[in-house]
Amino acid sequence: MDKEIKILAIESSCDETAAAVVKNGREICSNIISSQIELHTLYGGVVPEIASRKHMEKIDQVVSAALKEAGETIQGMDAIAVTYGPGLVGALLVGVAHAKAYAWAAGKPLVGVNHIEGHIAANFLQYPELTPPFLCLVVSGGHTHLVRVLDYGETEILGRSRDDAAGEAFDKVARAIGLGYPGGPKIERAAKDGDAKAIAFPRPGFSDAPFDFSFSGLKSAVLNYLNECKMKGLSYSQADVAASFQAAVTDILTERAELALSETGEKRLALAGGVASNSAIRSSLQAMCEAKGADFYVPAPILCTDNAAMIGAAGYYEYRKGNRAALNLNAVPGLKIGERG
Amino acid sequence: MKVLGIDSSGLVASAALLEEESILGEYSTNYKKTHSETLMPMIDTLLTQLGVERTAIDYVAVASGPGSFTGLRIGAATAKGICLALHVPLIPVPTLDAMAMNLWGAADLVCPMMDARRDQVYTGIYAFSEERPVRKTEPGPLSLAEAAERLNGFGRKVLLLGDGADRFKEDLKNKLTVDYAFAPAHLNRQRAGSVAVLGRLLALEGGAVSGESFAPSYYRLSQAERERKKRMESENLEDI
Repeated sequence: MDKEIKILAIESSCDETAAAVVKNGREICSNIISSQIELHTLYGGVVPEIASRKHMEKIDQVVSAALKEAGETIQGMDAIAVTYGPGLVGALLVGVAHAKAYAWAAGKPLVGVNHIEGHIAANFLQYPELTPPFLCLVVSGGHTHLVRVLDYGETEILGRSRDDAAGEAFDKVARAIGLGYPGGPKIERAAKDGDAKAIAFPRPGFSDAPFDFSFSGLKSAVLNYLNECKMKGLSYSQADVAASFQAAVTDILTERAELALSETGEKRLALAGGVASNSAIRSSLQAMCEAKGADFYVPAPILCTDNAAMIGAAGYYEYRKGNRAALNLNAVPGLKIGERG
Repeated sequence: MKVLGIDSSGLVASAALLEEESILGEYSTNYKKTHSETLMPMIDTLLTQLGVERTAIDYVAVASGPGSFTGLRIGAATAKGICLALHVPLIPVPTLDAMAMNLWGAADLVCPMMDARRDQVYTGIYAFSEERPVRKTEPGPLSLAEAAERLNGFGRKVLLLGDGADRFKEDLKNKLTVDYAFAPAHLNRQRAGSVAVLGRLLALEGGAVSGESFAPSYYRLSQAERERKKRMESENLEDI
């Protein structure tokens, strides 16, 4: 490595306002996250307008804290990286408009980063020795993708969810069984006291696209089960439903990942995204990889949740390729993996 | 003292650079294209054409609301980003006050009206006194009937401006019992020049704040908050 490259990264695609300083795409100098989760809990999910307003209040503070904690100033940065999609458009716009103005006034180059590619790049922070190619399962509240990372910022999509994202299913099921928001951690906690085999929920798949996912079907099966109990006047075990649902999601993810390892011949599987914090999913994938003789990678939970360090990691590789965002950079709420410009 | 003025509160995107009592340049578009794509290139073009270094900016004045939520945020985030990089203060300028400045010195009442959707306008009533627009009513969202009734209550001629006045022109003509006139095209929209001029006056009176502490004034709760509030009220619950 000839010269050290330092990136200030900004992320505001959903309900976390985050900024970080990352060195050479691999080393975290600071990673500041201001979560709004308590605010949205009142409404049972993320309210886009409230999220956007909160980002506006927090953004300067979070950016300043990231520089301060890293012992840096903006002048010491080589570039600013910002998430410009996918995500909530109003939320994204706060980060994008702020980063553009900040970079412009400070005379620094700006790099636009895809949020999902950021999740993948979280693995580069956790495992400095990890280099492409590898397989990556990206599972979060908004996205479920199984991809082959060919090179930095270069991916081949093997499969994706055709309807709900896995994290979305967690939220909806949690709401249906009265656990509330956010669904991921609440289901995981409730499932610890439940029997994962109590209810045989389906593991939907597609014969024509073996790597694609459908979590809406699974969610409907849970709702149907609850409805049936109600009709028959039976009570149900919250813990058993949580455990059985979580087991179904885990099986679906593990089965797809196993098939992808076999079909591609890749020997490494990385997990990414907010749902990667789920310990049942982590250990199932870990066990599957061990059985297959593959290496398993998963970032620490703090790097799985939405954060800016991962944007700094992905932004570094975009920067190295010479990709720069112009002043007309817009938020792209439906930005696809691999899409540029 | 150089003030960069920004207004992206409505359909207009506008940037202006003021030096003391002279506007060095102003760039406005009144065209349906996202401010996120236009505002920064406009600011950059403006300073480049003027040959002014970014670091020469002493203050950033921004329309602070009311307005389109997203439009206000694009302006605010842009202003905050510039202030943070340059370590300069931000001057919040209420959107309707700045619009009233467009008709500086008017002997009649001045009433800016912005289309606020949901059949409302963001509006306020102003009279000029000591060369400044003075609020006769507090700015906020009103139905057109309420706005017209308030104007009629003053019993004085009023000058109307803004895209709300345009949209409800016929309605206003029917409802107003006082004399009125509609501002001509060059005066009847948001202008960053007005934001900068009023902003400079506010800054001289100590009205500048740190960019970090600034957020727009929306004058409306989000829909989710409104619905929750209604629910709490109907269930007679304490807010938490």
